[in-house]
Amino acid sequence: MASADVTKAAQHSDDAPPTTWKHGGGTEVAGFATGEGESFVGRAVTINRPVRDVFAYFRDFSNLPRFMENVERVDLLDDKRSHWVVKAPAGKTVEWTSRITDEAPDGFIAWRSEDGADVANSGRVEFRDAGARGTVVTVSILYDPPAGVVGKLIAKMFQREPAIQARRDLRRFKQLMETGEIATAAMNRKQHEEETA
Amino acid sequence: MRALAWHGKHDVRVDTVDDPEIINPRDCIIKVTATAICGSDLHLYDNYIPTMQAGDILGHEFMGEVVEVGAKSTLKKGQKVVVPFTIACGSCYHCGKHQYSACDNGLPADNQDIAQELYGQPMAGLFGYSHMTGGYAGGQAEYVRVPFSDVGPIVIPDGVDDEKVLFLSDILPTGWMAAENAQIEPGDTVAVWGCGPVGLFAVQSAFLMGAERVIAIDHFPRRLELAKRFGAETINYEESAVYEALMVMTGGIGPDAVIDSVGLEAHGFFVDNVLDQIKASTFLGTDRAHSIRQAIIACRKGGRVSMPAVYGGFIDKFPLGALMEKGLTLKTGQTHVQHYMPALLNAIMEGKIDTTFLISHRMDLEDAPKGYDMFKNNQNEVTKVVLKPGYN
Repeated sequence: MASADVTKAAQHSDDAPPTTWKHGGGTEVAGFATGEGESFVGRAVTINRPVRDVFAYFRDFSNLPRFMENVERVDLLDDKRSHWVVKAPAGKTVEWTSRITDEAPDGFIAWRSEDGADVANSGRVEFRDAGARGTVVTVSILYDPPAGVVGKLIAKMFQREPAIQARRDLRRFKQLMETGEIATAAMNRKQHEEETA
Repeated sequence: MRALAWHGKHDVRVDTVDDPEIINPRDCIIKVTATAICGSDLHLYDNYIPTMQAGDILGHEFMGEVVEVGAKSTLKKGQKVVVPFTIACGSCYHCGKHQYSACDNGLPADNQDIAQELYGQPMAGLFGYSHMTGGYAGGQAEYVRVPFSDVGPIVIPDGVDDEKVLFLSDILPTGWMAAENAQIEPGDTVAVWGCGPVGLFAVQSAFLMGAERVIAIDHFPRRLELAKRFGAETINYEESAVYEALMVMTGGIGPDAVIDSVGLEAHGFFVDNVLDQIKASTFLGTDRAHSIRQAIIACRKGGRVSMPAVYGGFIDKFPLGALMEKGLTLKTGQTHVQHYMPALLNAIMEGKIDTTFLISHRMDLEDAPKGYDMFKNNQNEVTKVVLKPGYN
């Protein structure tokens, strides 16, 4: 942790989530490793379904490509490890193997990519029973794209867009859980396929 | 199929486009039997609404026959339905509270960004009303794909004339909710700015809710005449000073509740329009936002302000001081159509509400561009254009 960040974190006095801190220092406080060029994203959504259902659907990672637009495929390797294939700019894909580092049923899932990841990342998704309002799902993700020319392209995607992507993905997750489908304005199946390709 | 498509300012055409299909399990497809041009369609026609794309199919007041159903639709082929203009899921927190126009899931995820940035949270989807409200193809067409068909469309009993029930799709519930938001108490005097379809339904609704007097304000003689038919007193703002007239007519008190059903025009959504708006509203006495300012100033102390009128962006010179100092209550919002439809269908069937008086013109869908032109340029005589595929 850089000394400037230590000072900032120490000075932080409010209850706002670390992902929303203006002056940095939030990543370490939230328990994430830091890295050059990282992008720290936080989003929350409330889903009008019991926490048990929401957690169970999410915990089966093979469901995730249904609502995570950029995720092409998630292969389950064992109970804790999964292999991710994610769309990257210029028709390319990036891949990594992710390991669950900690979890609690109906509570949270924390993960970290293993060595050799195209885009190192770690994150935490929390599920909180919100009573009559359903379940609050809060996602914090730290991306650390590689250096170099290719890295720059990927960084562009993983630094500027993950905040938008995470928000849209969570909206689709909510739609799927609450309505059983994902809203589309497409008029016909051909148009729909083009939009979701 | 044939459909009325937007191509730019004052340029709408009936094009041949691909037929819609079922995509999601809760969808249905309806064959349109009647559809209307709404006053708010003129905002699109005048190019005041951003995020329109050439080829977008317009229309959000429509009804028809169910011709195809998805696996989870509760409708049956052959049923006649009226479709709400708001696209709402029926399963989220807001739908659970019957705040359908605030539905969390009516908009495709990507289309929620603009409203999230502009308003703080995304709203429900709307048919045929720009990509900011979802980019859904509208009802001025032969066929429409209707999402969440198990929640939105209301089934109409056999043998009921389309024209009697068509306005359940938007303007009747909108006028009703406007009156409801005015929280009318028996004996109240209610003033209504704007005698377009929403204003005229607000007049009727206000009386049904117990208003003793309704004062209708407009400048089109034909529209004021319609308001008078329902028992309203009228003020023509081109002939009389509105605030002064209201104060004298209410014994110096002011109306107990005021309803602004005039709305935007010259109120675009984006920052680059804002300067123009400020200029327009500063230098032009006839600026449309004048109606909400005047309504707030005229309203009695402790009174209620209802604003069904559509405002998308910002207005300046908003009399916030009058709102606060007089202790007014302001209620507004896009209409929760699904919530009001069943009771209003009953009111129509029981003859408590007159709907067909509004229709001044009936045309074939093919003549829709002419309908837009007439509606835009002769608002005195053209109160409502109903389009019917195959009418000719």
